[in-house]
Amino acid sequence: MGNLTADSIYRFLSGPALWFTMTVFLGGLALRMGYLYWLSRRKDPVIYNHASFSWGLKSILFWLIPWATVSMRSQPVFSGAAFLFHICLLSVPLFLSAHNILWEEAFGVSLWSMPDAWADALTLVFLATAVFVLVRRVVRPEVRILTSAWDYTLIALTTLPFLTGILAYHQMGPYELMLPLHIALSEILLIVIPFSKLGHMLLFFFSRAFIGFELGARRGARSW
Amino acid sequence: MLDPRKILDKEFGKTDLPIDPPKARQILDAHGGARIRTWMSICSRCGLCAESCFVYLSNDRDPRLSPAYKVRHSLGEMYRRKGKFDRAFLEKAYEICWLQCTMCKRCSIYCPFGIDIASMIMAARNVCYSQGVRAGRLAEFTENCRQSGNHMNLPPEELIATCEWVAEEVQEEFSGVGIPIDQPNVQYMYTINPREVVFFPQDITDAAVLLTAARESWTMPSFGWDCTNLPMLAGDREMGGRQVQNLYEKARDLGAEYILITECGHANRSLVYEGPYMAGYPDGKPPVKIKHFVQLIYEYLRDGRIRIDPQKKLTGPVTYQDPCNISRNGGLWEVARQAIAYLAEDFRDMSPNRDYNHCCGGGSGILPMGPDYKPFRLANGRVKAEQIKATGAQIVIAPCHNCYDQIHDLSEEYDLGVKVMSFKEIIREAMIVPEHMRIAENPDG
Repeated sequence: MGNLTADSIYRFLSGPALWFTMTVFLGGLALRMGYLYWLSRRKDPVIYNHASFSWGLKSILFWLIPWATVSMRSQPVFSGAAFLFHICLLSVPLFLSAHNILWEEAFGVSLWSMPDAWADALTLVFLATAVFVLVRRVVRPEVRILTSAWDYTLIALTTLPFLTGILAYHQMGPYELMLPLHIALSEILLIVIPFSKLGHMLLFFFSRAFIGFELGARRGARSW
Repeated sequence: MLDPRKILDKEFGKTDLPIDPPKARQILDAHGGARIRTWMSICSRCGLCAESCFVYLSNDRDPRLSPAYKVRHSLGEMYRRKGKFDRAFLEKAYEICWLQCTMCKRCSIYCPFGIDIASMIMAARNVCYSQGVRAGRLAEFTENCRQSGNHMNLPPEELIATCEWVAEEVQEEFSGVGIPIDQPNVQYMYTINPREVVFFPQDITDAAVLLTAARESWTMPSFGWDCTNLPMLAGDREMGGRQVQNLYEKARDLGAEYILITECGHANRSLVYEGPYMAGYPDGKPPVKIKHFVQLIYEYLRDGRIRIDPQKKLTGPVTYQDPCNISRNGGLWEVARQAIAYLAEDFRDMSPNRDYNHCCGGGSGILPMGPDYKPFRLANGRVKAEQIKATGAQIVIAPCHNCYDQIHDLSEEYDLGVKVMSFKEIIREAMIVPEHMRIAENPDG
């Protein structure tokens, strides 16, 4: 009986709930981007008047290379941790073999899979950097003063899927609970992304391109 | 962080103007495009901007002075409250926007998302202004601009008379120096800061001497000659637009090829970058070409139109103050250094420099706001004072009136023992006087 319930929860989470999640995640991002594009055409001619491919690109690329900017070099440990945090955050869910097997079964397509030992290592690195980011937020006064309860919540929401994922994989703790928890928390995270500061996963590129136009294309000044 | 209570009481103690939420909402709505919405919503509160800010660094890293904190508690709060403010909030916003930020844009370099905090502080200034929260002096200057097109309310006769007498006086030293007024079809329409007319006519003379030495085709206009834009800094966007429009139109009427700007920082920001938007040009480009004096000086020296006497080059250690609105926000840091190479033997750059340079602390209105605000700008200028001290320079070249006065004050406050000079002053003294300007040694014999 207990098994039947756990099974139906799993089927719900990996079925209709997942479809709902992906619709909200992708649809939400599309809506947000579409709205901002529409708004920018009405109210922000300054974005388009001085657009420059090369300055926009430079403004983005310098910030995608570790320690390539004066700002990152001013806090090298934090920026290094932030890079690891983001690399693990994106690579583990996409290239985990368990995820790819599920996609292969469901859609007949999958991505390259990394060895499970790598996934374990990257997850541990991710959790370590998350702790670092959290501690920094509490310890440094100029960051603490900016931080609201929602910021801590978002760190938790980002971290918990990884924590529950690695626990489930290694069958630590109650597996029947850990696996649905992992899926549910991951779905919550995906749903939150389009409607929170985590939208920077796409908006980063646009805000960076703009400052590249503004400082670089108009004035020849670096924005990195 | 100094307590501004006394000043706020003096400025706003008697103000009991009603708050005008619809007006505030209208301004917030006009500014609330995709950029500001994106910036507000993606700031991840990482705090990296703090280290970029000279106000934060100069005031013992007070966490309330990080750019992210400042914008959140000014413009951010304005959006959250949807225009429903009280006076106490607006005074706090005033303190942030005028006493704690000079809109130098340095934090945009340090932000991983490139958030343009300076533009958001400017928007918050617009809201404050609309609610009557204005620096007394800046408001007065704004009214002067409305009446006369220049912030000191000088009638054209006074400008013309001053130009006449300074030109006459300089005849004793150089021949052939005149200050043409409203000459049509010239290369440069030369525009200045009204304080030059009242307090520092030497600056006008120096410009006339240099332009004459280079055999330039130029004029001053009898109207539209004030290149500063204190209404913009006061937060009056509409009047700020009219102020630049005066110059654009006059230059077109005169058929001048360029508007030439004196050694002033924010005039460059206003005429080249913000002005076209304030005045409503949809393509964001000024309708007339604009040139800053630093660029012109570089061209004269490069082309040999003005030559420097090697004997008269500055020999002592010299450093250069990159004004925010000329370097990072004006793109002229290299030409300035190339010009200095002609003028000084021992040049020592500050660190950081060029587009990374720190603001002096006198910018974006706080200097013309008057002596009450002096303690604030001196405190904010500590980083600049330390930068200058570290170079060991005895002369600081500052091609901006605000930097010039601020560094002069910093030198006294922090015992720097430096002399601040403009390019014009240095070149007038060091140039080889061309044939056509020499006065015959002994006209009688």
